[in-house]
Amino acid sequence: MRLTLEVWRQADAATPGRFERYEVDGVTAEVSMLELLDILNAQLVAEGREPVAFDHDCREGICGTCGIMVNGQPHGPEDHTPACLQRVRAFSDGDVVTLEPWRAGAFPVLRDLVVDRSALDRIIASGGYISTATNAAPEALSLPVNKHQSEAAMDHAACIGCGACVAACPNGAAQLFAGAKVAHLAELPQGQVERYERVRSMVATMESEFGSCTNYGECVPACPAAIGLDVIAHLNRDFRTAVVSERRGEVPERTDVRWLARLRGEAWWQSDPDDRPGDTPKRS
Amino acid sequence: MATESRPEEQPPAGRGGRGDAGAPGGRRAAAVRRAVAIGVAATAAGVARRYLTARQDGQGQDPTHRDAGSAPAPETRPVAPGADLSRSAPADRSAVDTASTATSPPPAAVTREAPAPAAATATRPSRTNPAVAEDLDRRRSIGEEIHDAAPTGDLDTMWDDHLLNLKLVNPANRRRFKVIVVGTGLAGAGAAATLSELGYQVEAFTLHDAPRRAHSVAAQGGINAAKGYKADGDSIDRLFRDTVKGGDFRAREADVHRLSEMSVRVIDHMTALGVPFAREYGGQIATRSFGGVQVSRTFYARGQTGQQLQIAGAQQLLKEVGAGRLTLHTRQEMLDLIVADGRAVGIVTRDMVTGDIVPHTAHAVVLATGGYGNVYFKSTLAKSSNVTATWRAHKRGALFANPCMIQFHPTSLPLTSEWQSKLTLMSESLRNDGRVWVPKEPGDDRAPEDIPEEERDYYLERMYPSFGNLAPRDISSRAAKIQLDAGKGVGPLRNGVYLDFRDAIARLGRKTMEERYGNLLELYTDATGEDPYTSPMRIAPGPHFAMGGLWTDYNQMSNVPGLFVGGEASFNYHGANRLGANSLLSASVDGWFVLPWTVADYLAPQLGQEPVPHDHPAVTSAVAEASGRVDQLLGIGGTTGPDVYHKELGQLLTDHVGVERSAEGLAKGADAIKDLKDDFWTNVRVVGHGQQLNQELERAGRLADYLELAELMALDALDRDESAGAHFRSEHQTEDGEALRDDEHWTSSSAWEAAPPDGTPTRRSEPLTFDAVPLATRSYK
Repeated sequence: MRLTLEVWRQADAATPGRFERYEVDGVTAEVSMLELLDILNAQLVAEGREPVAFDHDCREGICGTCGIMVNGQPHGPEDHTPACLQRVRAFSDGDVVTLEPWRAGAFPVLRDLVVDRSALDRIIASGGYISTATNAAPEALSLPVNKHQSEAAMDHAACIGCGACVAACPNGAAQLFAGAKVAHLAELPQGQVERYERVRSMVATMESEFGSCTNYGECVPACPAAIGLDVIAHLNRDFRTAVVSERRGEVPERTDVRWLARLRGEAWWQSDPDDRPGDTPKRS
Repeated sequence: MATESRPEEQPPAGRGGRGDAGAPGGRRAAAVRRAVAIGVAATAAGVARRYLTARQDGQGQDPTHRDAGSAPAPETRPVAPGADLSRSAPADRSAVDTASTATSPPPAAVTREAPAPAAATATRPSRTNPAVAEDLDRRRSIGEEIHDAAPTGDLDTMWDDHLLNLKLVNPANRRRFKVIVVGTGLAGAGAAATLSELGYQVEAFTLHDAPRRAHSVAAQGGINAAKGYKADGDSIDRLFRDTVKGGDFRAREADVHRLSEMSVRVIDHMTALGVPFAREYGGQIATRSFGGVQVSRTFYARGQTGQQLQIAGAQQLLKEVGAGRLTLHTRQEMLDLIVADGRAVGIVTRDMVTGDIVPHTAHAVVLATGGYGNVYFKSTLAKSSNVTATWRAHKRGALFANPCMIQFHPTSLPLTSEWQSKLTLMSESLRNDGRVWVPKEPGDDRAPEDIPEEERDYYLERMYPSFGNLAPRDISSRAAKIQLDAGKGVGPLRNGVYLDFRDAIARLGRKTMEERYGNLLELYTDATGEDPYTSPMRIAPGPHFAMGGLWTDYNQMSNVPGLFVGGEASFNYHGANRLGANSLLSASVDGWFVLPWTVADYLAPQLGQEPVPHDHPAVTSAVAEASGRVDQLLGIGGTTGPDVYHKELGQLLTDHVGVERSAEGLAKGADAIKDLKDDFWTNVRVVGHGQQLNQELERAGRLADYLELAELMALDALDRDESAGAHFRSEHQTEDGEALRDDEHWTSSSAWEAAPPDGTPTRRSEPLTFDAVPLATRSYK
């Protein structure tokens, strides 16, 4: 098929960018969004013109390096799929396809479709970890982990750090990203010790660099790892607990909804609809 | 334990294989067996500690336990006479090298202490074809043997004993040392985070925009560890033996043993860091099996084990960044190694956004920059994986070992279109429940569902009944190639074989399959538009993992003092073939549990010295050379982009240095690669300029190094006149088409010195001995 590409070209962070129009012919349906750029670039290089710079690496949907807006949608028309796994079969012959970099205040454009996402790492650096020195770990089986909790932790840990959630958000907020990490570590017994310091510190960094969440929910379909809005609820809940306890001068205790549920004689997920185990995300 | 049927591997009666509970081995074996039994029964306390106890119980009580054959039991690993090997500081190493060469014509006769009946006599094999030998002599020269200066003694206690002999740095003095870590994958992040926690000044470099992106992230299936959580006879010694055997006896025993020992701690550490390993309903950690073994020792986090380990590592790295103790440089590509007075003292990097080329100096340099499988262009590796860091180090004097050893993964997806940019990998764990088959008749065009059972050839089950679909990677890949060559390939391009889940779905139900492999099967649907639940998957061998890499000693230090190498960038664990789920293991062990100790040993004597100043001639000349190279690439002004060359190079390698190689093909391939290299340097077109984010320039620079590496790969494959593991020479096969090793001449690693200008590369051999796992023909039948 033949496609017309409207591609954002920008020499560097300081130079204003513009769209340029290119024609690409002979594209087959199995070609991915990134291979579409490969085809365009081969064409440009053969003509001695500068190819379109874009970030990409593993091309199997796990590294989170790639990220482009395709017709205004992060990664492309398909939900929960990174650009490297989106196929051109979504388009028809003669379509015009617009390719832009992530659009977010926290992600300055470096060149063409390449943006600087280091703000995400600064959120992690301010608390998104468990502090265990090398060689200081206890025997792995000394802390059994409930299978449901472990699966839930894995659901949240599946985030690939691509930044599509931020790009999709009209506010440029990073709640889904930060929430996924907070929820991942809070689900595990190993993550309890630093749970509330973690969320306070991560939220402080997040708010200094990103917009605020107003529950649009645009981030969810854009997320290649199918992280759900429940992680934002989790983030807010842990943050509230941390802040309220601090105001009262208390050490925050673990809010264990499962324990409360057991007291009420319910299955634990009935008290916490956000954590229902049946909601198996698509890509995990 | 008793289920494994490998009679050829049983040591002679009365001698007792070390740790082999199936053999009538002495008290040590019994102690190990006891430890395993305890380890399985009790779960809460440290299994590792029990192994230690077991070792002490049995240590030294059985004088014959390491006797491999009829020769007297060797007391030590092969070492040069008179060399002090209690430590392996640089001075000691050079002493070893010179001792082994100065006193020994021919070196082999003196330095080896008659370990096994084979392999002790000659360094130069006699070739059946004198024309080939003559041709080879024009292409390379042979240098002195090299030895790894490992400590001596019992493998079981070697690493612990070695740690006692390593020098320490006082906590208050650690901040006076600066260490550069290049690469932030599993090995690099682990080393950088740990060294930083210990108090050293660490500068970490990655060419990615974030440390989490490194290609460790893509490993799917799992990580091996000898936890012995299942009552299936697993133990540290069994993982050790499986790895040595899986590597077709071309890896170092001492290093592999350490790998197995440390595997236990890796799982503890990663669990503590928040890796959500799959759990059983009782809360215990689940395990599964992988190719090449008969126990269940692979720990996993769905199909995203590498991602979870990598993210945990990256988080620890960022923790140190957040604490202000570690400096992280993202989007920086290492262009050269700085060597001053024979030591590695720094690196030259290019800022991939601004194009600035600057030096960084330190007391030591750690390279954890991954493997070079991407040289084939269409490989399972990430697009930015490259060999530049290790290749530049090689050009500065570091030996490059076993470059021809490259693993072809049997379960990558076959190519479907011309523009397909890489080979998508499907985890080998799928072979647990999938059955591999092709139609019995070549050119059978029917849909797979229409081919009746009796017209299907489940060739892995037929050829290797005891391992079946879980035969090791090299064997599975070659078996697939045999089917493809016989015209039995399936799919539109006839370039794949079927991996069929029909029987597993019937047995386990679709839901269980979704739980086990959901994301992998989805990935397949994304890539092909086909549904693997209803029709079989198509798979094909694809270039995957580099067993070869920079030569290192037991301390993971290269022959250039101060240059440490870890993970896939080094060479020492996997021999001629890597077992599935051992690569995450080797990266983790090097990064978290080896380098932090051994780097300190190297640093300790340098207390009070400052890193080399930036106006040192070695620094300024390295920067000038790196800049000159960039300018040269930009200035060629040819007509063809680097990717076109890379594709051509990949095709040459696939044709001549692929799953199967021959002397004739390799010689032809080496010449063709050289011609391609010459053409590249006269006709490549790199558009744009150097002071910008220029991905064409990055590609061209990496390709320039790949072209040189490819030549050495072909040469090494031509030189190694045997078949071993993934290196299969068609001239050397058994009657039924299995790899035929030449233990007499090739029980060694080849470590290459870079060619001087207008000269040829020099091959140095590191002799290997197999005392604990006696040399045997690998059989998975």
